[in-house]
Amino acid sequence: MNFIEARKLVHEYIRRDEEGNVESILTALNQVDLDVKQGEFVAVLGHNGSGKSTLAKHLNVLLSASGGTLWVDGKDTENADNLWAIRQNAGMVFQNPDNQIIASVVEEDVAFGPENIGVPTPEIWKRVERSLKSVGMIKYREHSPNRLSGGQKQRVAIAGVMAMEPKCIVLDEPTAMLDPNGRREVLDAVEQLNKEKGITVILITHYMEEVVRADRVYVMDNGKVVMQGNPRSIFSQVDTLKSYRLDVPQITMLAYELKKEGFNIPEGILTRQELVEALCQLY
Amino acid sequence: MSIILDKVNYVYSEKTAYEIHALKNINLKIEDGEFIGVIGHTGSGKSTLIQHLNGLMHATSGGIYYNGQDIYDEDYDRKKLRGRVGLVFQYPEHQLFETTIFADVSFGPKNQGLSKKEAELKAFTALRSVGLPEDYWYRSPFELSGGQKRRVAIAGVLAMEPEVLILDEPTAGLDPRGRDEILDQVAKLHEERNMTIILVSHSMEDVAKYVERLIVMNQGSIMLDGTPGEVFAHYQELEAVGLAAPQITYLMHDLRKRGIQVPGIATTLEEAKEAILQAFKK
Repeated sequence: MNFIEARKLVHEYIRRDEEGNVESILTALNQVDLDVKQGEFVAVLGHNGSGKSTLAKHLNVLLSASGGTLWVDGKDTENADNLWAIRQNAGMVFQNPDNQIIASVVEEDVAFGPENIGVPTPEIWKRVERSLKSVGMIKYREHSPNRLSGGQKQRVAIAGVMAMEPKCIVLDEPTAMLDPNGRREVLDAVEQLNKEKGITVILITHYMEEVVRADRVYVMDNGKVVMQGNPRSIFSQVDTLKSYRLDVPQITMLAYELKKEGFNIPEGILTRQELVEALCQLY
Repeated sequence: MSIILDKVNYVYSEKTAYEIHALKNINLKIEDGEFIGVIGHTGSGKSTLIQHLNGLMHATSGGIYYNGQDIYDEDYDRKKLRGRVGLVFQYPEHQLFETTIFADVSFGPKNQGLSKKEAELKAFTALRSVGLPEDYWYRSPFELSGGQKRRVAIAGVLAMEPEVLILDEPTAGLDPRGRDEILDQVAKLHEERNMTIILVSHSMEDVAKYVERLIVMNQGSIMLDGTPGEVFAHYQELEAVGLAAPQITYLMHDLRKRGIQVPGIATTLEEAKEAILQAFKK
């Protein structure tokens, strides 16, 4: 069985008036099927309001479905007894680092999660050290979080999730508020956790460049999964992506434009190196 | 008409252990009708700088002159200045508060002391200029999408009819189409009304595409100031301070290294395409 398996998942936001009558129904997830294997790096793309964040919040049962089924780590999210086990195994990181940090010292912040689930103290210290090392923040362990940069804060938030020793991390636009350096720091840390520790990663983002690192990409529109595949096959469909209010990385776009001018370049160029090689072959 | 900063310094928490010299001897002249981008990593002094331009922050030392008048002069009307230099903060949609979009946008001009009718006329024009369809105007701003909310917040500043519009990362968190829509609207305001625009951004691709002049901040000082092409030619220095040139600029360097003679410094997709086409024609 896959680590995450969603079948015909539906979520409806129902708005009621003062008397409790239904005023409107917004279907944020519409029959979504999602399969993520243990250890995969999956990116989810979609415009504002396409249902990405609603989907993310189902993965650790912050929201529960209006219809369909969702199994995480072999456990049914419908069953209330599974709730805590699922939340421990699917950690969430949100957009704004300032909303996720609660302690006044970095290591205490990272320790909060395991402490909360009753991990013995010596084990907590081991986990804190391991998690801070894994995101490259160990030398800031005794610092105050409010004096860190955005990228550093976000890495502390990821360490806080790692200290729970989850099998999966769900990141909901973790770099939206960061500068280019911070974005790279966070993405490098995430990629390392995925490659070296085999953590399953679900990355929700608006930055097309970040998606290039993923194994597989899901594209959402109006609550539906409208495209899926590896980054190369997704980004070779420039016009389709644009119709979903999305874009492709700048390099891919340039390759696409050159192709239209008659250059014989392969489809779905993702990186600078690939485009340089392709052009050198033609020169 | 211009904004002049003369040896501006700003120190946070002066004479404490947390003292930070956020602006160091800034000399800067912003001419009427310029479209300027400001880049720099987090903590480089960008936001401190722009908050000086409309008098929200008071320099520790140095002078600021708006159209030749000293804004720190005792008789200078700084409240009025804030109407003339409009500042759109990061995540401005968090500042929406009224029951309808139209009321929210009218709030600024009403607060400036205009009559209801005049204020509504300005709100009308402002909402038109950000391209929000009229059937939305009397709904709650909280029903809108992220990009729409942000356009309402920008309209709220435009309704005060500023001469200078400063935007602090107006596209953070928006999807690619939402980003293009906002920046295209801003570019249109610049072209049609010759409005001075100052755009603070973390996206090198965006500044390369839109601005005419680019200012790089680093550790409270202006490190580079020139056209995007001139600034991004210093990509190695930019990297040393945690920034980068657009991917396109790197591509051009890589191609030249491999012997493909692409002319000029390209910072946008169109420039790169032209340069590559030229190189291959020869």
